[in-house]
Amino acid sequence: MWDFIWNDFLVTGEPIIYGAMASIVLATVGIVFVLTYFKLWKWLWDEYLTTVDHKKIGIMYIIAALAMLFRGGVDALMMRTQLALPNMNFLNSVHYNEIFTTHGTVMILFMAMPFIIGLMNVAVPLQIGARDVAFPFLNAFSFWTFFFGAMLFNISFVIGGSPSAGWTSYVPMAGPELSPEINQNYYLLALQLSGIGTLATGINFLVTILRMRAPGMTLMKMPIFTWSALITSIIIIFAFPILTIALALMTLDRIFGTHFFTLAGEGMPMMWANLFWLWGHPEVYIVILPAFGVFSEVISTFARKQLFGYKAMVYAMCVIAGLSFVVWVHHFFTMGAGAGVNSLFSITTMLIAVPTGIKIFNWLGTMYKGRIRFNVPMLWALAFIPNFTIGGVTGVMLGMASADYQYHNTYFLIAHFHYVLIAGTLFGMFAGLTYWYPKMFGHKMNEKIGKISFWFTVIGFNITFLPQFFLGLMGMPRRTYTIEPEWMPLNLLSTAGAFILATGFVIFTFNIYYSARYEPREKTGDAWDGRSLEWATTTPVPHYNFATIPYVNSHEAYWDMKETGATTYDESKLEPIHMPSYKGLPIIMSAIMFMASFGLVWHWFWLAIPGLLGVIICMVIRSFDFDEGYHVPIDEIKRTEEQARGRKE
Amino acid sequence: MSEHAELKTGPLEYRREDGPLTILGFWIFLAAEVVLFSTLFATYAVLFGRYGDATPAHELFEMPMALTMTFLLLVSSFTCGIAVHMMRKESLKGLVIWLIITLALGLGFLGFEIYEFVHYVHEGATIQSSAFWSAFFTLTGTHGLHVTLGVFWCTAIIIQLIRFGLTPVIARKTFIIGLYWHFLDVVWIFIFTAVYLIGMVV
Ligand code: HEM
Ligand SMILES: [Cu+2]
Repeated sequence: MWDFIWNDFLVTGEPIIYGAMASIVLATVGIVFVLTYFKLWKWLWDEYLTTVDHKKIGIMYIIAALAMLFRGGVDALMMRTQLALPNMNFLNSVHYNEIFTTHGTVMILFMAMPFIIGLMNVAVPLQIGARDVAFPFLNAFSFWTFFFGAMLFNISFVIGGSPSAGWTSYVPMAGPELSPEINQNYYLLALQLSGIGTLATGINFLVTILRMRAPGMTLMKMPIFTWSALITSIIIIFAFPILTIALALMTLDRIFGTHFFTLAGEGMPMMWANLFWLWGHPEVYIVILPAFGVFSEVISTFARKQLFGYKAMVYAMCVIAGLSFVVWVHHFFTMGAGAGVNSLFSITTMLIAVPTGIKIFNWLGTMYKGRIRFNVPMLWALAFIPNFTIGGVTGVMLGMASADYQYHNTYFLIAHFHYVLIAGTLFGMFAGLTYWYPKMFGHKMNEKIGKISFWFTVIGFNITFLPQFFLGLMGMPRRTYTIEPEWMPLNLLSTAGAFILATGFVIFTFNIYYSARYEPREKTGDAWDGRSLEWATTTPVPHYNFATIPYVNSHEAYWDMKETGATTYDESKLEPIHMPSYKGLPIIMSAIMFMASFGLVWHWFWLAIPGLLGVIICMVIRSFDFDEGYHVPIDEIKRTEEQARGRKE
Repeated sequence: MSEHAELKTGPLEYRREDGPLTILGFWIFLAAEVVLFSTLFATYAVLFGRYGDATPAHELFEMPMALTMTFLLLVSSFTCGIAVHMMRKESLKGLVIWLIITLALGLGFLGFEIYEFVHYVHEGATIQSSAFWSAFFTLTGTHGLHVTLGVFWCTAIIIQLIRFGLTPVIARKTFIIGLYWHFLDVVWIFIFTAVYLIGMVV
């Protein structure tokens, strides 16, 4: 028993891991102590763990995403440290493999995705003048499955060992023959668990946006960020079931001995690559389109102009969404598909540059002759344009099948996708968070610290990744744990850049703490002289969002309201507001799913089967739950609104 | 969510404001299910004929068996339609009776499917035998699991109908399980054609 726990269950023998274990234990003890000492357990349970309020769920998503940014960021720094000099002995090869795998997976699935979904949760219902999402209970459930999925993935490095076959998990590397340990199972079940939540989010937001818009808001009058959320939801609905199946098949291969992707039994390893990227490429657009949406909002607000080419923006997003499903083969041009297939996918890949280019020109057009304010969200948007363009142009270079034989799996690719993911998604999320921050917490983020963190990030980012294009052309392969002497100078530079970049992230997070303590409280709710409906409510936003819902005439609903002096509080039109009750079931059910998945990871059917039964019991409980929620009485609405608006005068 | 205002006319399941919302959500969920099953069908097509050392499909598939299963499921879809028709006529008793008949047919289908699987396993074709058989058992098994879930779900709804009567909320749930059941029927028709018919010929 002890032997099993020490040798198989826990990961032992690595000083870094002992350090990690110690810090996990200390952090847990610390959190438990603080919660107990300040008697916060009940508050936490009542206000957050059981919440079905989209605004709080959004905040929880974003906190989790920032935590995961640090996890993935520490991984990145460890890798960069190992690659700084030839013959470094910081990480051994096995450990390096585990770290690039967890870094990639965490960053894409547990950082970028929740960040985006978090911002969607915060902003979309407010932008369309809705009181909540269509299925609040399901929304809470989505969050908790994501959260427990992320936890399952994260415990792997102290319990049982991390997966090490890359975030793409190509077979046979990830298959039962070459990775017989349990670690790859963590990847499969963690992604499966959080994937369920993502699919539910897609359905939820699609229905919300289709059915719960304020009167008068036709599709072509929706704010552009809501459009991006709509398209993203559609991509999720068509892409995630593919991932579900791919993961399930590999799980069957690994745990139940089937032959989908194996070399024996006439299985087909290439099928994994096809299924994975059939989901994986659309996934890239799931994480970029909402960022485009954020930039559009931010640029129009801070250039004080209506978005230039609104319709073109919408159509461009639709085209991108469609094309995203027909380019997946560009991820394995070199794996022998043949010239015909490669040419076809080369063309579809390069076609995506067209609508993307249209969007870039629209952003420039919006700024043209605008009276630009250089606040922090706008700085992120401005930095995005040139940096993302570098990522896009190098992407077109990679899209040329013949040329790809040269750069394939080199640092050129690493540089390309970090230019897209960091300058696109991450800058977008930082812009969006700073932009909606006053809506979420009732105060802005400090501008000065924000600017310092911005410059550290942007400069550090370029120092880190620009040299990597050249390293790639010099032939440095990706996923290598040691470098040749001639690659040293550029690698050293890149590593230095990574630390500057990381400093930028740290300052960004410090800003959250600093602003909470020292920034002046927001009075109006309209922090940036905004144009869409989310700025029409007070700050902090009442839990019912809008006391009365306005009639919408254009995609700049609030701008129109400001011109006519209308508000979202019309005392004569007040009616009791129906709201859903808070529920503990989503977190409990997800926790049980976590147990079941953990059991499957370890092939412990004594845990997995009761876990699955528990899930079914939870579903039955839910089915027999006829709780109708409650009504906020008119008096209470009046009190809340007068208090909030009284402060305004 | 705003007021759950109730309309006085129209089908029961649409009378509350959250009725159409949930039903639309379920349609979208079914779209996701279409993608899910399409992926499985594609996998099956790719792995078709990859038997390795295992018995080929045409030596095991039997027409009477596949036809019986098809018949049971098709009829159950029909009785499920009658159930919803009864609901429209606000006949609680008719609704419950036809749902129970649907359930019985569904259970019959599952019985045959289990029998079929056991039979194949005895003949040496298991999910581990080769790529083809992995794909076969996974595709049909996923459909079977869906039917099993549907059976439990339908049972829960019958209990609710008996205990609480025909309210707009339970009408909505009944309507949704109806959609689900028809969907499984459609998927089965594809399985019957792509797996059994083609498997017997090729
Ligand atoms: C904090 C700044 C970051 C640094 C310094 C960094 C650095 C690295 C390094 C050194 C690698 C491994 C290269 C190799 O050996 O193959 C890597 C891989 C990767 N990174 Fe980052 N990264 C950062 C941020 C991000 C972000 C924000 C994302 C996504 C949103 C991301 C996604 C990925 C992916 C998908 C891989 C591929 C993993 C694999 O090969 O399986 N990275 N990164
Ligand atoms: Cu791609």
